[in-house]
Amino acid sequence: MPQYSVLGQRLPRVDGPVKATGKANYADDLVLPGMLYAKLKRSPHAHAKILSIDTSEAERLPGVRGIVVGADFGKFRYGLRPDTRDEYPMALDKARFVGEEVAAVAAIDEDIAQEAVELIKVEYEVLPAVTDPEAALREGAPQIHADKPGNISIHMHTEFGDVDAAFKDADYVREDRFYSQSVLHGFMEPNSLVASWEPPNRITVWASKQSPYFLYRNLANCFDVPLSNVRVVQPYIGGGYGGKNGSYALDFAAVMLSKKTGRPVKLTLTQEEVLTAQRRRHPMIVWLKTGVKKDGTLLACECRIIADGGAGTAIGPTTIANAFYFMNLPYVVPNVRFDGKRVYTNRPVSVAQRGNGIQQIRYAADVQIDMIAEDLGIDPVEIRRRNSAYTGYTTPNGMKVTSCGLQESIDEALKAVDWEKEFRSWPEKAEEPTGRIAKGVGIACNSFCSGVRLRGHNCCSAVIKVHEDGTVSLMTGSTDSGQGSETVLAMIVAEVLGTRIEDVVVPQTDSTVTPVDPGSFGSRVSSTAGNAVRIAAEDARRQLVAVAAELLEAKPEDIELRDRKVFVKGAPDKSMRFRDLARLTVAHGAGTTVIGSGSWGQEIDPVDFEKGIGNLAGSYTFGTQAAWVEVDTETGKVNVTRMVVAHDCGFALNPLAVEGQHEGSIGGGVGHTIYEHCVEDDGQTLSSNFTSYAMPTVGDMPEMISYSIETLDPVGAFGAKESGEGTQVSTIPAIVNAIHNAIGVWMTDLPITPEKVLKALDEQKAKDRVLSEVR
Amino acid sequence: MKRIIELNVNGVVHEVVVEPQRTLLEVLRETLGYTGTKKACDSGDCGACTVIIDGRAVLSCLTLAVEAQGKNIETIEGMATGDRLHPIQQAFLDKGAIQCGYCTPGLVLSAKALLDENPKPSREEVKKAIGGNLCRCTGYVKILDAIEAAGEQAN
Repeated sequence: MPQYSVLGQRLPRVDGPVKATGKANYADDLVLPGMLYAKLKRSPHAHAKILSIDTSEAERLPGVRGIVVGADFGKFRYGLRPDTRDEYPMALDKARFVGEEVAAVAAIDEDIAQEAVELIKVEYEVLPAVTDPEAALREGAPQIHADKPGNISIHMHTEFGDVDAAFKDADYVREDRFYSQSVLHGFMEPNSLVASWEPPNRITVWASKQSPYFLYRNLANCFDVPLSNVRVVQPYIGGGYGGKNGSYALDFAAVMLSKKTGRPVKLTLTQEEVLTAQRRRHPMIVWLKTGVKKDGTLLACECRIIADGGAGTAIGPTTIANAFYFMNLPYVVPNVRFDGKRVYTNRPVSVAQRGNGIQQIRYAADVQIDMIAEDLGIDPVEIRRRNSAYTGYTTPNGMKVTSCGLQESIDEALKAVDWEKEFRSWPEKAEEPTGRIAKGVGIACNSFCSGVRLRGHNCCSAVIKVHEDGTVSLMTGSTDSGQGSETVLAMIVAEVLGTRIEDVVVPQTDSTVTPVDPGSFGSRVSSTAGNAVRIAAEDARRQLVAVAAELLEAKPEDIELRDRKVFVKGAPDKSMRFRDLARLTVAHGAGTTVIGSGSWGQEIDPVDFEKGIGNLAGSYTFGTQAAWVEVDTETGKVNVTRMVVAHDCGFALNPLAVEGQHEGSIGGGVGHTIYEHCVEDDGQTLSSNFTSYAMPTVGDMPEMISYSIETLDPVGAFGAKESGEGTQVSTIPAIVNAIHNAIGVWMTDLPITPEKVLKALDEQKAKDRVLSEVR
Repeated sequence: MKRIIELNVNGVVHEVVVEPQRTLLEVLRETLGYTGTKKACDSGDCGACTVIIDGRAVLSCLTLAVEAQGKNIETIEGMATGDRLHPIQQAFLDKGAIQCGYCTPGLVLSAKALLDENPKPSREEVKKAIGGNLCRCTGYVKILDAIEAAGEQAN
């Protein structure tokens, strides 16, 4: 392993003190002089034509300053690609889901704004609604978008190799259906922004956004102002997990209200609005057919998915593409066929959530590989080892594995769980009495993209300014929504410049000052922005070294920067303080202000949404998880007691942060597997608070142990790859496989509620009875 | 009907004009500027708005401001001494218990209410004390570690 002075250390996060003391300002904490407060009027219908909106009574309410409706935005629509622009800033001609925004009011306080919202009269013609994606595909189903026949939002069909021939050659073929439910992001900070329109055409917003530059472009287009006049300032972000990437009705409404009223406007959603009408993960039905040789070698996979997209496309193309791409990893599958449909329904819009489309497919595939192993009497570890991808492997569609620690991650996880001793397959255990509490252990592997290659803007950039006292500012457009990227990027600067992390300040993203950046998604920041920061720091270092060489009368290649000091190799008597070098840089000779800059992007072809040909990301991570569960066979309650993660993150830039990512992923994954379900009735979300939408509490969490496998990836910054999402992918199958190991049933319908467990146990007993009678 | 009440926050007595239906959370954040107290669910489900009143962890979104008259209210802003973090805050920082930070003030105050009364709690007692505080980022592991470490340090 390379020796670094800053990188690789368990350093506390740079924004820790302000967050621990309550001084960190989030969007809703901000107040501007003369600021108004806004509230949204939402559709009570899942599908309805808007015949008229009467705002006259609301306008007469004392304290009301402005009202906006969909028509204020003309025909402007937005979306990821030109052909997927299917969302209006606010409902225009019709409402397409319960809770869709139809009007907004700004008033001198929130109560008045809310009262005015209730005085707005909207006349609807209720239309038949469709809230089930399979029903939405049937002939005669209500059509949600006039220009998208058949309710198809995205359709991707692709094939590599000869799938039919491979199935013919297979010794064993198995086909199963899996379902992954509707899951919410569950961030603690509700979406919020403060917007200020300054005439004639300048917009400033302080908005809680993981990726402020999506909003920056959408506001420029919607309000027809130059990008240089759109200032998106990033306050601290109270969690995002994919749910604060896009631009939403509240953003457009707040800006339009500010434009209309001439006053700054704050719009903060209630948690109920977030949980019932904001974005959510794609529910997905996955049919997976897999053919293998007798020894478990994978020959072919055929996968068909129907993803419930809700009423808009948003980033949906990436979700479907991800599902296809991750048919191909972490295992070697020589022949693959994929048919993915993303379907419009009268539900809130589905988007990315930690794992974006990859969870759903890998849950199916990594449970099915256990099913196949059991059917063929192969050890579940053995079948994974036999099919594992490896460094240098290129998938049939062209994904290039630049580093792969999957085998090592299996070794590490098995060692930690004493697998040889702990694991016996279900058929070996089946005849033994389990007692009321049945215990099981399960394993699953994952792969994830590290630094997704985007269409359009792909690269990350950084600017580094060295102050004359030796402190340093790092300007980056990459946002830290809690994952700790600000800390990791500051560590990279300190490492390259030979300073300390406390000398590096990372001002928050401000689109008029910081470089444009795609945003925090696709596990891009450490690997991609990390490289941009490295290049910018090296640029600044070169400038500093040139001056130091003159001052110390040495060759530039002999200058070393370390721990706030400047040294000359082989001349211990020649040295100076870094801060003196910084001061002299601006004063020496004609003087120069050190400003380092750098950009970096993956040098691969853009993502192919049509056929999935080529590489998806700069590199890929691999990992293995082992889960222990206890199943109460009387109540059906599943308890995950222990979880081990071994993850190939390339290089742990900050092991404390890496562990935190794994633990958070396990938390999200346990919720997805066992507890969380967005309960709906005809498009109306019933789980409207954190009591009915039950995210795991501290008492629901397993004991967790995580290990980093370091493979020093040649692409990622300093060899680093992602650690923020891959673990959530394999949490689900690890638990599902452990439940099977405990009670002998395969749970293919998430979440695994006590009712479903009891039903599965009853069915199993009934089957056993029939079998014993036949015998 | 508005009325004037006195609220003792972190040892400072504030005179404030409030309507009787205003929650302590609203008055702390909007009237007095103690925005470190976070509004997340505003319905008693998540613990982000936790403050300490007379030694007990209380949800400020379910407490009327007028009920807090004459009581000692502790918020996150009162915990550090100058630049020196309170040992619980320091432990949250050192153990990596903070990510997005939105749940942090509530968790730190739930922990303080526990440790003030029971300086060496078992892991189960810590879990019980923060059972009403939701965190979506950390999986709670490092939060438990931090509270235990702060408790040990206090002894």
